[in-house]
Amino acid sequence: MELPKKTLILFALGSLIITGACRKLLPLAPKDEEVLAGTIPGLTPAQEHEHLVADANFGQVFSKADGLGPIYVQTSCANCHVGNGKGHPSTTITRFANLNGGVIDYLISKGGPQLQNRSIDNYPVELLPAEANVITKRIAPAVMGLGFIAAMSDQSILDNADPNDTNGDGISGRCNYVDPTSFFIPQNIHQPNSGKYIGRFGKKAEKVTIQDQVVFALKQDIGITSDFDTDDLYNYASGIYTGDNAPDPEVSASFVNSLVFYMRTLKAPPRRNEEDADVKAGQSLFYQVGCTNCHAPTFTTDKSDIDALSYKTFHPFSDFLLHDMGSGLDDGYPEGGANSYEWRTPPLWGVGLAKDSQGGQMFLLHDGRAHSFEEAIMMHGGEAASRRDLFSALNDSQKKQVIKFLESL
Amino acid sequence: MRKIALYILVLLSSNLLEAQTDSSFIKRVPVDTSKLKMNMDAVYNRPFLTMGKMPVSVGGYLEANSSYFGTDGVTEGLSFQIPRLTVFMSSAIKKRIKFLTEIEFEEGGKEINIEFASMDIEFHPLLNLRGGVIMNPIGAFNQNHDGPKWEFISRPFSATTIIPSTWSNVGFGVYGKYAQNNFVWAYEAYLTNGFDDQIINNTENRTWLPASKQNAERFEESFNGVPLVTAKTAFRHRKIGEIGFSWMGGVYNKFEEEGVVVDTKRRVDLVAIDINSTIPKLNTYINGEWVWALIDVPGNYPEQFGKKQRGGFLDIVQPVLRRKMFGWENSTLNIAFRTEYADYNVGTFTDTGGNIFDHVVAIVPGISFRPSQQTVIRFNYRYHWNVDPLGNPASRTAGFQFGFATYF
Repeated sequence: MELPKKTLILFALGSLIITGACRKLLPLAPKDEEVLAGTIPGLTPAQEHEHLVADANFGQVFSKADGLGPIYVQTSCANCHVGNGKGHPSTTITRFANLNGGVIDYLISKGGPQLQNRSIDNYPVELLPAEANVITKRIAPAVMGLGFIAAMSDQSILDNADPNDTNGDGISGRCNYVDPTSFFIPQNIHQPNSGKYIGRFGKKAEKVTIQDQVVFALKQDIGITSDFDTDDLYNYASGIYTGDNAPDPEVSASFVNSLVFYMRTLKAPPRRNEEDADVKAGQSLFYQVGCTNCHAPTFTTDKSDIDALSYKTFHPFSDFLLHDMGSGLDDGYPEGGANSYEWRTPPLWGVGLAKDSQGGQMFLLHDGRAHSFEEAIMMHGGEAASRRDLFSALNDSQKKQVIKFLESL
Repeated sequence: MRKIALYILVLLSSNLLEAQTDSSFIKRVPVDTSKLKMNMDAVYNRPFLTMGKMPVSVGGYLEANSSYFGTDGVTEGLSFQIPRLTVFMSSAIKKRIKFLTEIEFEEGGKEINIEFASMDIEFHPLLNLRGGVIMNPIGAFNQNHDGPKWEFISRPFSATTIIPSTWSNVGFGVYGKYAQNNFVWAYEAYLTNGFDDQIINNTENRTWLPASKQNAERFEESFNGVPLVTAKTAFRHRKIGEIGFSWMGGVYNKFEEEGVVVDTKRRVDLVAIDINSTIPKLNTYINGEWVWALIDVPGNYPEQFGKKQRGGFLDIVQPVLRRKMFGWENSTLNIAFRTEYADYNVGTFTDTGGNIFDHVVAIVPGISFRPSQQTVIRFNYRYHWNVDPLGNPASRTAGFQFGFATYF
């Protein structure tokens, strides 16, 4: 048999090069600080495994056979919270109500409080009822670091509350006390007030726990019933008083709790370029201007059933309180104890990576109306107007430093 | 289906065992090289064996490979696959009446499919009747997909996820060829069962034509009573190459139930163009296909369900050595390069006017060695970028594949 030596040598050399370069030719993992995925440090192997299972549940795409709809907004949690980050206008949700003489009616009997503008085939989509006179849009928030927020005590939120502005700084943050859900089980971190509890999740702090938000979103966003809420959605205006053909509940309590676990164990959004001189200068200006009066930088968790979340210091840049944001951001939609012009201070952590989940653009504030940090700041009004003006008075270089600091979050 | 497949294998193996006592028992069917072969001929343009006086010729191919892939820094390690074992049988029933079937065992038998089973009756070279399970002639890959013919281990995205190759259906149709000098013109036209509403009711979170392949009932009855029409015309010049134009379209949803209209008729249409050519002197082989898909997605569906899709691939194969190697006469060493693209949602977001991305781009350099034209040993490096509908930073996957494919 003739052995083509050149071929053999070429083949052997090629194989060697390829074997050596094998790993280098595979895509590298993005740097930890560049992505919003990953777990909090210190989880046990069993918890890490459960997180992976829960991650798959978070990404599950519901189909008609799984109980999607019959009316819905999106088909999966991950569609709105892409890469665990902030949402995109294409997945914005719409809420509606009737406000008459200061009395809010969420039009539950007309399909409220949320519009489901998508439907499974052969089923009519929901339209806004004629009675709806207040309509608001909400862009999905990032879901990173929620475990830390869930693990801090009510007292740590109350410590920043100053509803009557007794310290005279012009900021009068207050808690949104809301009626608990039927399945809410108080923990040692919660402090009831006349049967109500402090909301800490949601644009207007209208949800007490992550579980409240998950059960609500599964139903209102995806049309998925669970052990915690077994009544399916249907289009009230269609005269078809049936949901989909999947038996209810469409997911179990375990599935809901798995999603809750996923969000509890997602890492806190990482910082980038912390040591950069401009970032440091921007951080100083951020404090000097008084942004931190609402965007409180640091909290510490209480004891948690997940050890990795116990007594941990974290930096959400939020006080989780309601603030009057002025008429420009008044959406006309009161929620729980929150007035229409009040908004919970949104955590700023992870905001520097917003572009990576919003298709390279920025859609900030509750409905994504602001397309840059500066635009978002300039839309602050009400209690924040004085801080906005102070920012506005900074020179261009200083403004850029503040923006650089925000980009580092 | 599994019993039928088992029966076929037992039948074949019993004859092969007998054949071991007589080397002249099995004979290779001579391939007719006098005529210009086109993509539409691929189904019969395969090596067959006859066994004694059996009226049936048999053949098949096997693909086996290993792969080592990683996505964004995470690898699942080394794994081995046997993506397909295909057995085909043909029979010349009578002059100008022939039958061929292709039965495929995918992924070690996880799926067993009759990919092709049809009878062809030639009334005239320009008028042949074909009926049974046919491979819809959309593009070229769907008809000409045998592993041993390709230098690349993975099938192209556009040919498997926009055109859901291998896409076979029950139906009837006609085809014909007209040849003059160096030139051949061919046509094909079929009516078959077709798609169903799984193309938009699926867990892929996008319009996904391959989802209809899950509906095995399409081999028994049409989902909605409206046939899928597939038509193709192709031209081939002996020195230049081949170009094909094809269209496949039909209604995919159930618009009527028990005589009651429950929805509007929603269409899915695919248009494809395919080319292949060999550059003289260099012997560089070029092969490509491009497809556009239009899908009437209901307005009540989220925007991630694309109404338009498009994609294609281009393969360039350059023989670098053609000589006796390792004792095999006329063996060939090739270098090859594929580039491919599939966009599952061509359009813009209503709210922002921004582009909807949801696409994948891939490059695949490779080396292949062919001890004979029937067998290929392949080594591919594959790199692809998946971009989500919003256009966020791409997820990157790359890896190495090594394997072989051979007719037997």
